[in-house]
Amino acid sequence: MWDCTLKSSETAPNEMTSDALALLDREVILATQAGLPLVPEPYQQIADQLKVNVSLLKQRLTLMRDDGRIRRIGAVPNHYKLGYTANGMSVWDVPDDRIQMLGDAVGDLGFVSHCYHRPRFLPDWSYNLFAMVHGRDRDEVFEKAKIIKELLGDDCRAHDILFSSRILKKTGIRIGG
Amino acid sequence: MDELDRKIVNALQRDFPICDHPFATVAADLGTTELDLLSRLQKLRDENILTRFGPLYNADRFGGAVSLCAMAVPNDDFDEVAEKVNAYSQVAHNYERGHTLNMWFVLATETQDELLETLTHIETDTGLTVRNMPKLQEFYVGLHFEV
Repeated sequence: MWDCTLKSSETAPNEMTSDALALLDREVILATQAGLPLVPEPYQQIADQLKVNVSLLKQRLTLMRDDGRIRRIGAVPNHYKLGYTANGMSVWDVPDDRIQMLGDAVGDLGFVSHCYHRPRFLPDWSYNLFAMVHGRDRDEVFEKAKIIKELLGDDCRAHDILFSSRILKKTGIRIGG
Repeated sequence: MDELDRKIVNALQRDFPICDHPFATVAADLGTTELDLLSRLQKLRDENILTRFGPLYNADRFGGAVSLCAMAVPNDDFDEVAEKVNAYSQVAHNYERGHTLNMWFVLATETQDELLETLTHIETDTGLTVRNMPKLQEFYVGLHFEV
């Protein structure tokens, strides 16, 4: 929705080696993973801090976003503060040979925030498909899980919802120390 | 939070532009000024309504290892075990959940070896079995909360 495409004059200097670029990307990650400064020119401020040209910084960020190293640039809301206090990890036992299609379909549901295939631990953990569902209360999570169950149909052999009762730690993943 | 704050929370969960004055670009779209957007954002951060703002890196694209781990912890020992587990810097998140497997934590390490070593240390420290459930495949990741 926001068109800020880079101009061709803003491409990286050709003389930078791939090692130098990898090193730069690491510096960029360390400088930004705690967040962007809330100033009119946040990229300029980071570039100054790293002593690089802002065009180069924008180019590296664009590249990392395009190749998936950056999932997105944006805000992470505190879902508790927004009223989404029920956090249900819904888990499903589906046939392994159909999990690709089923996982894609469940992941496409607007209310599923994370969807993964994970290993089973038989006999006491038969669930191989995990879908995180958030709601304003548990009933809302149950309603959403019902939609998943209908979508899976006969492929759902068993399921459960594990609600979180306490956050014990939440520091987030940090890359490179 | 007023109507504009809600619009800001929604808009900033989509991709933030990479350009010289990105806040001005977003502000124009929301019908406000760069200054107003920045001050509202600062307030949303201060009030912890937004926990983070910036690039969200995909940790497992950097050679590191990430896994979801689960343990069945006896109720009487729960807090003590939580303290032991949380003491590991490699533990990024830890949640109590209602199930026999009642402790679920995310381990993030620089290497796969370090991940398995950390798991073994936690098992030794706690005397409990850790179920290692790394993702075999990711279908979707994209937290988005409309307000």
